[in-house]
Amino acid sequence: MTISPDSIVLWQWGAFSLNATLLFTWAVMASLTICAWAITRRFTDGPRLSRWQNLLEVLVTGVRDQIREVSRQDPDPYLPFIGTLFIFIAASNLLTIVPGYLPPTGSLSTTAALAITVFVAVPLFGIARDGVGPYLRHYVRPSVFMLPFNIIGELSRTIALAVRLYGNIMSGTVIVAILLGLAPFFFPVAMQLLGLVTGLIQAYIFAVLAVVYVASATAARTTQGHRRP
Amino acid sequence: MDLYVSLVALGSIVTAGLTIAVGSLGPALGEGRAVAQALSALAQQPDSAPTITRTLFVGLAMIESTAIYCFVVSLILIFANPFWEYVIARAGG
Repeated sequence: MTISPDSIVLWQWGAFSLNATLLFTWAVMASLTICAWAITRRFTDGPRLSRWQNLLEVLVTGVRDQIREVSRQDPDPYLPFIGTLFIFIAASNLLTIVPGYLPPTGSLSTTAALAITVFVAVPLFGIARDGVGPYLRHYVRPSVFMLPFNIIGELSRTIALAVRLYGNIMSGTVIVAILLGLAPFFFPVAMQLLGLVTGLIQAYIFAVLAVVYVASATAARTTQGHRRP
Repeated sequence: MDLYVSLVALGSIVTAGLTIAVGSLGPALGEGRAVAQALSALAQQPDSAPTITRTLFVGLAMIESTAIYCFVVSLILIFANPFWEYVIARAGG
């Protein structure tokens, strides 16, 4: 029983090893990049849109609306980061319909990397919006005694973000593998369908939580009288 | 040595079962309460359905993650238990 695609080593050269997680991550990245490149080559603003352009526009405007509704701020600074997270996680979860594919989000390494990007992005967005001093003052906001709790909170929510995505996707894969041994043909398909729903919802939740974390550092300030345009 | 192997196996299996049993109780109760509250809120204010649904989904995911942690721990205890591998290596070598 393999609990993560990290343990499937396909190729090894010295200290470098190419495991299934890396391979499928690169496959998802490459397919997303090629699709985006091929679609954006033929953008028009005429009355007749191609269906792929329509899909991309729906996706981008949907992500923008969701960011605006969740954070109650201007979505444009957050759009590239949050949109990339959502599209990458959603694509890597939904591609499980391809036979032989193992979702790279079913490995703790991938989800930890994604969570660390969020962990790094929170102070970056906060400093870019408010400057270093006001952002750091936000850690001692009610009183100085809250400083360790604020820091522990940032660390623990990063770990929770990583383990939540990993646990959901990995459990789907493991349940399908167990059911294939117990009751083949029908039940694994049903669980796989449930896994598709779970994967999409988890991608949405990861993106929404990233918006909440990134926006929370600045949203607290706008309610305290420093209203910004 | 056999005694240790049996003890580790017994401890791992019983703990895995207890982990998932207790760990699914709390989130189940919490999710039931959350969904019941969201349903009554939806019945009273159907206009704010998108906000309620979105908040419900995010909240359910937060509640459910505790159950997922327990599930991960019990899976590790069964399929990737480091103590089990240590004991087997000691017993074999």
